[in-house]
Amino acid sequence: MDPTTPITLATLDASPLDALDRLESEAVHIFREVAGEFDRPVILFSGGKDSTVLLHLAVKAFWPAPVPFPLLHVDTGHNLAEVIEFRDHTVERYGLRLVVASVQDFIDDGRLDERPDGTRNPLQTVPLLDSITSNKFDAVFGGGRRDEERARAKERIFSLRNAFGQWDPRRQRPELWNLYNGRHRAGEHVRVFPLSNWTELDVWRYIQRERIELPSIYFAHRREVFQRDGMWLTAGPWFGPRSDEPVQELTIRYRTVGDGSCTGAVLSEASDLDQVIAEVSASRLTERGATRADDRLSEAAMEDRKREGYF
Amino acid sequence: MGSSTRLDLLRLATAGSVDDGKSTLVGRLLYDTKSVLADTLDAVHRASVDKGLSTPDLSLLVDGLRSEREQGITIDVAYRYFATPNRSFVLADTPGHVQYTRNTVTGASTAQLAVLLVDARKGVLEQTRRHAAVLALLGVPRLVLAVNKIDLIDYDESTFEVIAKEFVDHATALGYPIGSVLSIPVSALVGDNVVDRSAHTPWYVGPTLLEHLETVPVEPDPHDAPFRFPVQYVIRTNTAEFTDYRGYAGQVAAGTVRPGDEVVVLPAGLRTTVERIDTPAGGLPEAEAGRSVTLVLADEIDISRGDLIAAAAGAPAAVDEFDATVAWLADKPLRPGARVLVKHGARTVQAIVGELSSRFDEQKLTSVPDPDSLGLNDIGRVRVRTAEPLPVDDYAVNRRTGAFLVIDAGDGSTLAAGLVGAGLQVLETDRGGTGGAQAPTGTPDLVSPGP
Ligand SMILES: Nc1nc2c(ncn2[C@@H]2O[C@H](COP(=O)(O)OP(=O)(O)O)[C@@H](O)[C@H]2O)c(=O)[nH]1
Repeated sequence: MDPTTPITLATLDASPLDALDRLESEAVHIFREVAGEFDRPVILFSGGKDSTVLLHLAVKAFWPAPVPFPLLHVDTGHNLAEVIEFRDHTVERYGLRLVVASVQDFIDDGRLDERPDGTRNPLQTVPLLDSITSNKFDAVFGGGRRDEERARAKERIFSLRNAFGQWDPRRQRPELWNLYNGRHRAGEHVRVFPLSNWTELDVWRYIQRERIELPSIYFAHRREVFQRDGMWLTAGPWFGPRSDEPVQELTIRYRTVGDGSCTGAVLSEASDLDQVIAEVSASRLTERGATRADDRLSEAAMEDRKREGYF
Repeated sequence: MGSSTRLDLLRLATAGSVDDGKSTLVGRLLYDTKSVLADTLDAVHRASVDKGLSTPDLSLLVDGLRSEREQGITIDVAYRYFATPNRSFVLADTPGHVQYTRNTVTGASTAQLAVLLVDARKGVLEQTRRHAAVLALLGVPRLVLAVNKIDLIDYDESTFEVIAKEFVDHATALGYPIGSVLSIPVSALVGDNVVDRSAHTPWYVGPTLLEHLETVPVEPDPHDAPFRFPVQYVIRTNTAEFTDYRGYAGQVAAGTVRPGDEVVVLPAGLRTTVERIDTPAGGLPEAEAGRSVTLVLADEIDISRGDLIAAAAGAPAAVDEFDATVAWLADKPLRPGARVLVKHGARTVQAIVGELSSRFDEQKLTSVPDPDSLGLNDIGRVRVRTAEPLPVDDYAVNRRTGAFLVIDAGDGSTLAAGLVGAGLQVLETDRGGTGGAQAPTGTPDLVSPGP
């Protein structure tokens, strides 16, 4: 190409790759870079929609060979049965190995204390880091997206963590072109976020396009719930209700999967993907703000947890 | 899916000096495209009231990390997302602060368009020129000059015209062709010409900023260029369906590949043909730049991660010595003879930075020959020698295969962004005196920024 040729409209025909194709291609490229450069990668897999999309992309990246990494679930013990069923079914379907880091085990043997409010999302950090260390994982794929909230907007796709799992915003490497630098010292690891550039709507559209199966809790269904801090929580052995919290049967759906004692459902009639996408498009609340109590504790909650070694 | 869900993706970067109103402009784009959701907006309203403001301070929408919030400045590239019915946007928000080169280089490396801000009261500043030079160097194909705070100069057409002309002249000198640069009078604070057309600027007949972003042609990846495919990973399996399967996984970096194409594997130089282009959805009749695929080749030859599969006609030469431009991004300076790692495509090799032939003088926009070292945010011409040959292209021809990272072999940090070849002609104005700093292509006077 002659570099002095002016750019004219004639040479600028529309690209045949659409936005989802490009996001998919970027994520697949990231999976393959990690497979090529790291010794012991692992995919964080909760059975939630983002990690299910992540796994789907990993399967595509290495097809027809199986995904060359295990999965890791940091299990709060506060799960909805549907999600655990889905998790196990998915692991079996793809013939993968699942490592479970259990918050309950850590509480049982005294390495962690139950919090007074009973929520366990903040307790995930220690079992996660313990599992990373004991399994010598050097790359940990997460489903985090930069659009989730402001503290993530500057997160890198390859995010270096020190031996304590901590994230130092000032030590992050500049990320140039699609050349990722995964070098790290012994004991350090890299969190990798292939969905960095996806929005919530992209994720839903991709689920629809690829016909990706999800746990049933993402779609409207009748459930016995009670209200706490403005959120609808499932009545269950760990989540309450307390005596002053009346239980009602309502039509709800979940927008995220997490510790059932602080992950709320939303009132919704959206029972299929078209309706969910319509609902998300018109949404008046970001998914974290709407449904995660621990994100509402403080404006900088996420940033604090990242420094601590949470995602 | 139906064509209604088909969206383009445009990657853009913003740049501007502190206080020109970039945060407000980006906040305005998010706000007016309804990309800000109720809870985020509530938080901004609350914070604005706390600050004693009567209208929401939209710059708070894009103010990221706590340390930055406390200092009231932005110091790192942040990514924002917004969409219109036809197009999704990935915006790299690159703050204009001390680290502006580092940030601008990072944001610009993947951008297809950059929005540069100036304050209408101040016009084109030295920093505006530098930003534009860095954007041109990184090959960002299109620029928008947002002449902001137009409300503070009473929407004066002649002032706008003077600023616009000065900028377009500068951009032209940097190699931007006519038609690739657009100046727009805006007020980020009031909203004039950002998303909605302003009644205050009847003399301005061009598009609003968002109209332009929505309709500007998205530069395609270079799919007419000779085929380039860095091998990221070798996929092997042996099942009933796929006996002794061996496929080469990667993303097409340039050109288009079809089954039957003759290719050469570099650096070894072995030739074969493409048998199939595999994806889980089935074989493809062709794969163009930007697509991640798996290639199955006709012959069993030894190929591993880091090799490059290229069109047999028009393959790059694998070289172990080349001229390059580097943007130095680390605190510790680069000195001649430095031993580093170079990551190009999917290959990382040892390298020595031989001589430093020139340094770009940001103040004068000229180059200074034979510097002793390059410091943080310096841009300079160097000679690179690698332990193994690399099949490089000139960056001006291909942003993908002409780019490399310079990595510290000791602590693994990223030291520099590397661009194979001459870089900008404007950096070469002292050509007579710099000896070794010759453009490898025997370049004409101006190098067009290209995809
Ligand atoms: N009058 C006026 N003020 C503006 C405009 N855009 C930004 N400002 C103000 O300029 C100051 C700096 O804006 P900010 O967005 O923080 O600048 P940044 O440092 O470039 O991100 C703030 O006080 C803004 O309210 C504009 O279009 N008109």
